[in-house]
Amino acid sequence: MAEPLLSVKDLEVSFATEEGVVQAVDGVSFDLAAGEVLAVVGESGSGKSVTAMTLMGLTRSPNARFAGTATYKGTELVGASEDELRRVRGAEIAMIFQDPMTSLNPVQRIGTQIVEQIQEHEGLPDQQARERTVELLERVGIPRARERVDNYPHEFSGGMRQRVMIALALSCNPSVLVADEPTTALDVTIQAQILQRMRDLREETGAAVILVTHDLGVVADIADRIAVMYAGRIVEEGTLDEIFYDPQHPYTWGLLGSITRVDKPRPERLPAIAGLPPSLANRPTGCHFRPRCPHEFSECPKVPPLAARVPDQPEHRDRCWLSVDEKRTKREVTPGEIGLADKERTPA
Amino acid sequence: MGRFIVRRLLQMILVLFAVSVITFLIFNVIPNSDPAVRMSGRHTSESTIQAIRKEWGFNDPLYQQYLTTMKKVVTGDLKSQFTQLPVGKEIVKGLPRTFSLAIGAALLWMFVAICFGLYSAVKAGRFADRFLTIIALVGISMPVFWIGALMNYYLGFKLGWFPNGGYVELTEDPIDWFYHLILPWTALAILFIGFYSRVLRSNVLDTINEDYVRTARAKGLGERQILIRHVLRNSMIPIVTLWGLDFGAVLGGGAILTETVFDLQGVGQYTAEAIGQLDVPPVLAVTMFSAFFIVLLNAVVDILYAYLDPRIRLS
Repeated sequence: MAEPLLSVKDLEVSFATEEGVVQAVDGVSFDLAAGEVLAVVGESGSGKSVTAMTLMGLTRSPNARFAGTATYKGTELVGASEDELRRVRGAEIAMIFQDPMTSLNPVQRIGTQIVEQIQEHEGLPDQQARERTVELLERVGIPRARERVDNYPHEFSGGMRQRVMIALALSCNPSVLVADEPTTALDVTIQAQILQRMRDLREETGAAVILVTHDLGVVADIADRIAVMYAGRIVEEGTLDEIFYDPQHPYTWGLLGSITRVDKPRPERLPAIAGLPPSLANRPTGCHFRPRCPHEFSECPKVPPLAARVPDQPEHRDRCWLSVDEKRTKREVTPGEIGLADKERTPA
Repeated sequence: MGRFIVRRLLQMILVLFAVSVITFLIFNVIPNSDPAVRMSGRHTSESTIQAIRKEWGFNDPLYQQYLTTMKKVVTGDLKSQFTQLPVGKEIVKGLPRTFSLAIGAALLWMFVAICFGLYSAVKAGRFADRFLTIIALVGISMPVFWIGALMNYYLGFKLGWFPNGGYVELTEDPIDWFYHLILPWTALAILFIGFYSRVLRSNVLDTINEDYVRTARAKGLGERQILIRHVLRNSMIPIVTLWGLDFGAVLGGGAILTETVFDLQGVGQYTAEAIGQLDVPPVLAVTMFSAFFIVLLNAVVDILYAYLDPRIRLS
C-alpha cells in the first residue's frame, strides 16, 4: 500500500465526567489512502463520532485526555497547537455534520458563511470568493444559486441546508472529507439524493472520505472499506465485500442481521442484537462484546488483538478469538443468512 | 424590512394612546376624590379650586375631560400649580441634561457589560470569572443613591478629583461637560453593568455549545473570530431587549436618584421635586413623557432585533 494520506495509530480519547472516566475511543488505528471512502460503522456511543471529531481537534476540552497519533501528510494532529490545527481545518480536512438544521449560523447569510471560510484560508478578494461560492452551490445542486447565496439558513429545507454544508466543506478543496452521519437527520428520499451527490463529488474532486454512520445501507452504496466500531474499539475492518460477504466478528453479524430487506418475507419481529452496549465508564474486561455475544467461550476475557485472521485476506482484520471455520458456521442463523443467534438467557 | 418598520411604528402609536388613557384615569378619575381639590395643593382657597375645576373642565363628561387634559399636555399649556412655571418649558430645559446622562451611561454600561460578560464566559469557572461574578453582585447590590453619595463625598468633596455635582452645557465647554458627567455616568452604569454582564455570560455559555459554533471551529476560524462573529451576535438578542427598556426609562427621566444625588437638574430631578410638592401637572406630564420614551425604545429594539435575527423579519 502506498503512503497513506491519513494514518491513525492507537488513538485514545477519554473524558472525565461525574460518573468517572469515560473511555470513548480505545486504541483505534486505521489508514486512509488518497481518494478512498472509509466507512466507520457502529451504534450510538461506539466512539465513531468522537474519533472523527478528534481528527480535527473538535473534541478538545479541559476534561478530555488524548493518546496515540493521527498523522496527516506528515503533520501530527492529536498534539498539534490550535494554530497548526486551524490551517488544517476546513482547508485540508473538512467536516460535514449530522444536523444541518443547527449546524449553520442562523443569523448569517449562507454565502457569508462560505465566503468566510474561503477568505480565512485563501485570502481571496470579496468578489472572487463570492463567485466561487455561487459555483459551489451550483455544484451541490442548489437551484438559482446566484439568488439563494444571499438567503439565510431558515429559508432552506433540511436537504438544501445539508447541500450548503457540503458546499462549505468542499469550498477549499480539502483532501479529506469527514462526514459525521450526514444523512441521519434527513428524510429517506433526501438521503438518497445527498448520497448520490456525495458520490459524484468524490469522483470529481478525488477527496478521500471518512463516512461515519450507523446505517449499513448507506455504506453499501458508497464505501470502499469499512471499519466496524463497538464500545470504543474497531472490532472488524475490511473491504466492502469482505465485511458484507465474509464478516468475522459476531457484532458485525448482528449488524448485518438487523438490516430489514425488501426482497425477503417480512419477519415477525425486526431482528435486533439482545442487550445494550456497555457503559463506557465501566466496560467489561477482555472482548467488549462478550456480555451480548451468544458464542462467548473461555478465551473471551482476554482482549483479542485486531489482526488479520482470514487466509488470503491480508487487509481484513478483526477482534474475535473464534477460529475462521467456527465463525463461518456460527454466523449462519438460517442457511445462507448471516445473523446473530439469541444469547440464551440464564435464569436468575 | 421597510414594511416591518412601518407596522411597528403604527403599533407604537396605538400603545401610546392606551398609555395616555390609563395615565389620565390614574391621575384624574381613579383616586375618587375631587381632582380639583387634589390639584390645588395644601394651602388653597375655594376660588382657586373653582378656577382649576373650570380650567380642566372637571364638570364635563369623562371623554371631554380626557381631551382637555391631552390638549394641555400636547400644547405645553400645563402649568405647575406650585411655581406657575410652564411644565413643557421646564422639561425641555431638563432634556439635554437627562439625555447627556442617559446616552453616556447607556453606552458605558453596554460596552463594559459586553466586555465583562464575554471575558467571564471565556474564563468560566476560573478565577477571573469568579472575581467578576463577585464584582457584579456587589454592583447590583449597591443602591445608586448610596454609591453616588459616596463617590460625591470622597472623589468630589474630599479628594477634589471631580466636581461636586452640577452640570455644564455641552455647547459651553465640552471638556467640562464630560468632566462633570463622569461620576453620574459611572454611578448609574454600575448597577446595569453587574446585571447585564451576568445575563450575557450565561447567554454566551449557552451559545458556545451550539452546533454552528462547532461548524465555525471546523472552518478553521480563530477563537476571536468565532466569539465575535458567531457567538456574540447570537448572545446579544436578550440583552438588547433589556437595554431598550432600561435606556428608554432613563431617557424619560427615570434616573431620578442619580440626577438628584449629583444635582444635574434634569427631568428626573424635576420629577422628584414635583412629587415632593404634590404638584400634579408636572408629574402627569413627566409620566406621559417617560411612557413615550419607553414605547419608542421598545419599537427601536424590535427593529434592532429584526436586524440581529433575520428569522424575526418573516414572522
